Amino acid sequence: MKAAEFDYARAADLDDVFRLLDGAQGEAKIIAGGQTLVPLLVMRLARPTLVVDINGIAELSGIAADETGVTFGAATRQIDALEAAGVARHAPLLKKALALVGHPQTRNRGTIGGSLANADPAAEIGLIARTLDAEIEARSSAGGRQIAADAFFTGAMSTVLSAEECLTKVRFPVWPGRVGTGFEEMSNRRSDFALVAVACQVAIDKAGVCTRIALGVGGAEPVPVRASDAEKRLIGTRLESADINAALNTLAETLDPLSDVHASADYRRRVAVHLAARTIASARDEARA
Amino acid sequence: MSSHAITVTINGRVYRATVPARMTLVDFLRDELRLTGTHVGCEHGVCGACSIMFEGRPIRSCLMFAAQADGASITTVEGLAPEPGGLSVLQDSFWETHALQCGYCTPGMLIAAHALLMRIPNPTDEEIREAISGNLCRCTGYKQIVDAVKLAAERLSGKNQNG
Repeated sequence: MKAAEFDYARAADLDDVFRLLDGAQGEAKIIAGGQTLVPLLVMRLARPTLVVDINGIAELSGIAADETGVTFGAATRQIDALEAAGVARHAPLLKKALALVGHPQTRNRGTIGGSLANADPAAEIGLIARTLDAEIEARSSAGGRQIAADAFFTGAMSTVLSAEECLTKVRFPVWPGRVGTGFEEMSNRRSDFALVAVACQVAIDKAGVCTRIALGVGGAEPVPVRASDAEKRLIGTRLESADINAALNTLAETLDPLSDVHASADYRRRVAVHLAARTIASARDEARA
Repeated sequence: MSSHAITVTINGRVYRATVPARMTLVDFLRDELRLTGTHVGCEHGVCGACSIMFEGRPIRSCLMFAAQADGASITTVEGLAPEPGGLSVLQDSFWETHALQCGYCTPGMLIAAHALLMRIPNPTDEEIREAISGNLCRCTGYKQIVDAVKLAAERLSGKNQNG
């Protein structure tokens, strides 16, 4: 498999990116890590006339973490995020997910923003963005905008980004208080795409009662989704097994999974419920500890 | 289609070439430079046979374009051996434990294991399996490969002087 012909340009800075994107009549693609884009190119599922390389742009790389949030330049490598002390401390749910993103060779090239922008339904980073209500920044020659994660994904491999926009930053908010996290995924082989992935973050008060919970499911539907009904039912409980099982009945009813060669919709639904129960329990235990 | 003049350091030697934009790094290594130790299997990032060290980290060379490698430093499987015809401790350990049959995955496995041992000199089985999780082998069932990496770690740390 070889990519169709295209022109390649290494952008020196963001203005250069905007100039190149604006001049390509909507036919340009940005390459950062290339771990999603290159397979699309060689299988000719994507046929841009121009590939704009943003790897050399310093301001698109880097991690800033404090008690309020963790912000990544879009082209920050997944391996650097996985190994950053600030991510472990302030975004432990993201760290758990990053350990399951692809495998060492792809994490060494793949980027945080690239995973979001390519929007693979099974991608862990998009799931965490949706679960933690990340804020995504995109810029173009016309200016910049902030996009909430729940408005970012529009379908499998599809987002609200226009062909002239470059995803520049993503910020994961940090929750105050006693917080615990859980992440689980099911795949056919270690490091393979997740058939279903579930992420959970909870906050509890001194009495152990859940005051806040985010429960996200990836790989099941074309975009990562939140189990909002289950979340509502769990707030105010002590997250005991009976509370969890009762709340997850609603997830089984509302989740509308994909069926494909790897797994049926029914299988994905059952796995999602099991994994959700596990992630809630481990998030609860972590918060109590 | 644009073409690009690149300068790449591979196994300590500097190469200069002009490459078309769509040429992948693995095709450049194999077809242009005749460095055919790096294998190419699936060509879309699934099998790991094309793994190389790029700027000190293992990556898959089918998921990069050669034009992107301008200025980079690369080590391929040819660069692991101490001298032509010789074997590194890791390579010799693969031989010793029968960690290959057909050999197709071997260059990628060696790169993945080499990268692991640089980072973690005495890895656990779990760490070895994680390190080679992006490399498919259809012959060995992986057991002998894990054994080879453990043996190499022992030899390199001086615990096993016999092997």
